[in-house]
Amino acid sequence: MVKLKINQKEYSVDASPDMPLLWALRDVLGLTGTKFGCGMAQCGACTVHLDREAVRSCVTLVSRAVGKEVTTIEGLSADPTNYLQKAWLEVDVPQCGYCQSGQIMSAAVLLRENPNPTDEDIDTAMSGNICRCGTYPRIRKAIHLAAQMQREGGKVQ
Amino acid sequence: MSQITNTSRRNFLKTGAVLGSGLLISFTVPGAKKLGGAGSAMLGPQSGAAFAPNAYLHITADNQILVYLAHSEMGQGIWTTLSMLIAEELDVDVKKMVVQHGDAWKPYHHTSFGMQITGGSSTTWSEFDRYRKAGATARTLLVAAAAKKFGVSPSECKTADGVVTAGTNSATYGELASEAAALPAPGDVPLRDAKDWKYIGKSVKRLDTPAKINGTAKFGMDVQFPGMLTAAVLHAPVFGAKVKSVDAAKAKAIPGVKQVVQIPTGVAVLADNYWAAKKGCTALKVDWDLGSGVQVDSSSMTAQYKELAKKPGATAAKAGDVDSAMAKAVKTIEAEYTFPYLAHAPMEPLNVTIELNNGKCEIWCGTQMPGIDQEAAAKVLGLKPEQVRVNTVFLGGGFGRRGTPASDFVREAAEIIKASGKPLVKMVWAREDDVRGGFYRPAFLHNVKVGLNADGMPIAWKHTIVGQSIMDGTFFASMIKDGIDNASVEGVSDSPYLYAIPDRLVSLHSPKNEVPVLWWRSVGHTHTAMAMEATIDELAHAAGKDPLVYRQQLLKDHPRHLAALNLVAEKANWGKPLPEGRFRGIAVHESFLSFVAQVVEISLNTDGTIKVHKVINAIDCGLAVNPDGVKAQIESGINYGVSAALLGEITLEKGRVQQGNFNDYVVSRMFDTPAEIEVHIVDSSNKMGGVGEPGVPPVAPAIANAYFAATGKRLRDLPFNKAILKA
Ligand code: FES
Ligand code: FES
Repeated sequence: MVKLKINQKEYSVDASPDMPLLWALRDVLGLTGTKFGCGMAQCGACTVHLDREAVRSCVTLVSRAVGKEVTTIEGLSADPTNYLQKAWLEVDVPQCGYCQSGQIMSAAVLLRENPNPTDEDIDTAMSGNICRCGTYPRIRKAIHLAAQMQREGGKVQ
Repeated sequence: MSQITNTSRRNFLKTGAVLGSGLLISFTVPGAKKLGGAGSAMLGPQSGAAFAPNAYLHITADNQILVYLAHSEMGQGIWTTLSMLIAEELDVDVKKMVVQHGDAWKPYHHTSFGMQITGGSSTTWSEFDRYRKAGATARTLLVAAAAKKFGVSPSECKTADGVVTAGTNSATYGELASEAAALPAPGDVPLRDAKDWKYIGKSVKRLDTPAKINGTAKFGMDVQFPGMLTAAVLHAPVFGAKVKSVDAAKAKAIPGVKQVVQIPTGVAVLADNYWAAKKGCTALKVDWDLGSGVQVDSSSMTAQYKELAKKPGATAAKAGDVDSAMAKAVKTIEAEYTFPYLAHAPMEPLNVTIELNNGKCEIWCGTQMPGIDQEAAAKVLGLKPEQVRVNTVFLGGGFGRRGTPASDFVREAAEIIKASGKPLVKMVWAREDDVRGGFYRPAFLHNVKVGLNADGMPIAWKHTIVGQSIMDGTFFASMIKDGIDNASVEGVSDSPYLYAIPDRLVSLHSPKNEVPVLWWRSVGHTHTAMAMEATIDELAHAAGKDPLVYRQQLLKDHPRHLAALNLVAEKANWGKPLPEGRFRGIAVHESFLSFVAQVVEISLNTDGTIKVHKVINAIDCGLAVNPDGVKAQIESGINYGVSAALLGEITLEKGRVQQGNFNDYVVSRMFDTPAEIEVHIVDSSNKMGGVGEPGVPPVAPAIANAYFAATGKRLRDLPFNKAILKA
């Protein structure tokens, strides 16, 4: 049994320590908002936060998450101070939607570290997240919009 | 303390129902057991709805408006568009509708294609009347029921937002549902005039967005039931290879691994979770009988295709005598284009959950052809199709890959459950299984020779196409006429440029090999648009004419091409100077009944490769039912096109696919995407066309034409960035 803290809740997970966090979340705990796209840190669909930093959960062993705060899309959605989903709705970003949890989790870290990102900042920060539906222009727009909401909403992280 | 071990089946069926913003979306057929087996279902009482006027719309006593989709939501926004069509006639708030995929069932057959299929960029135009009529019929019955109840005439009743009113009387649709259900079906009901439309033609936000941004939307990958085993598959290293022997001892020793079974396509490992199953696969020792697939090699294939192209193949289009006309030409231009295999690589790897119990089978997956999958699974399991129920869940991308006539992934899951004897299995493919799994856009070669007259106008066009047939070997094979699979030549044989040329010949060779091929977003147009529009650009240059003006002259009798071309030229300021280091290219192409023109703006990276900055797009798709949805699809198509034009390539060496994941099957990322994409919709009352695919075809030639403007060099081999670095 591995003890994990996910979205502010304690879990004891029946997983071997070498299991990637992704599969502990999805297959053991049923938290399916975090997606599997490549299994080798190439696509970003599995992005979660570990102590507020974005990690690719498909290559992060469950043992590495012990003693840390894990946040998934389910947890981020419960955070009333996050403007990303509002902006995503406003711009109507998703198409198939499969990559979007990962996109939002990556964007959240970007906006925390850089409340006023330029297009190039977005290119760099989001380069690890693939969207095969090509929602990139809308993601970019939504990040700018969320940044603006964050500034105007006086959000402090 | 362990919280959730697994979502219960009940939870899986219900959790999708309540989402953010108070909006209701059900991702799966409500009460899976209620509708009964596919095909056998009598909608109505079994659906739990008080009023079930047709297969597309039900209304419950508690006033839920349930929409059943005949098509699959794979990102293209049909969840919203089809709901809009019903809402328009039913007078309900589209945001309050509860949408779900329909079963595999005859009433959901495509209105033109005779089977249940989401493809060919055809859903909106093909459902435009059927879904509106579904709404109008229901409204007529609800009004009749209200009139009876209120003791007034139907003409005194008004409807708005799900309520019928007459004077001081009012009743919700739900309250009228059972009375409406008892009334006889009306004959042909009138549809609203365009001037009265409230939704159609206006941008409506996607109904599935709330669920897709908070992790609650359920894709096939997210289907979980208690007691379910997860299967990973070790696939053959070469197409068509067969298992000779398996040593599964090490795999079986892995904690969590429950069973190893041999199936026709490889070896499946069943385990408590995907990770254990995947580890099991890695630990397998399999001896393969590789078969003839080892002979497939991309480089020798190109050589073979070049050789074939020297002789004309089966005739796809012919007029006059092309050879003697060519001999009279003042100038001839010859160009050869090559296109690699391409994987669709939808973001969600393929997966299927399958349950088999007492001769009844239930399947959950994201599919573009549920009826075909139903038949395929039934065949493997020795059941009748009506004993197999297919539940379509959200598709994490399709692009054609989730609609295989061969039902390869569903068949594989059926083989696994059959071989294992287990009741409930979820098969999950790794990305490598997807990238190496075949069903690619076939590799193609085009050889084009054009003769010009003294004015630089084409007088002879000889075009030879070489590539595998998509239809061959499938139940669509009957569509191959006189050796011509139209999916190989569409966009050339019916090109408006060719019609104007008196002496022309388009011919096709369809070599066979072991690599499975399939339609890939925009099918034949993925290569024919490039061959046509890059060649036309060369001709314009040879004629000393502006590429826009040259096209306008050649397309003078094709008003929809012209409308798109003129609009894009205007919006892109064609002919006006660009900032230093920027270059433009233009292309126009018709596909899936829509006409798309694009102007791209590129610059060159320091290594000489291409960076696309801007794509201005104009489309004439007739009526745009949901304009923002049209825009989103064109943006999407452009990105898919940029990805393929600059980066995409599957190659084989000794039968082995050399790419496996996104590290080597490179797809576009945020920094590859044009910083600016503008989509302009031609104000058009012409026949409706599709939008899911038509954004793709013009991208590659427009980029190649911009590259010529930048360098004076023609790009004829895809993907471009590789060709540039190799040169
Ligand atoms: S699944 Fe982890 S990065 Fe792709
Ligand atoms: S929305 Fe489909 S992959 Fe991003």
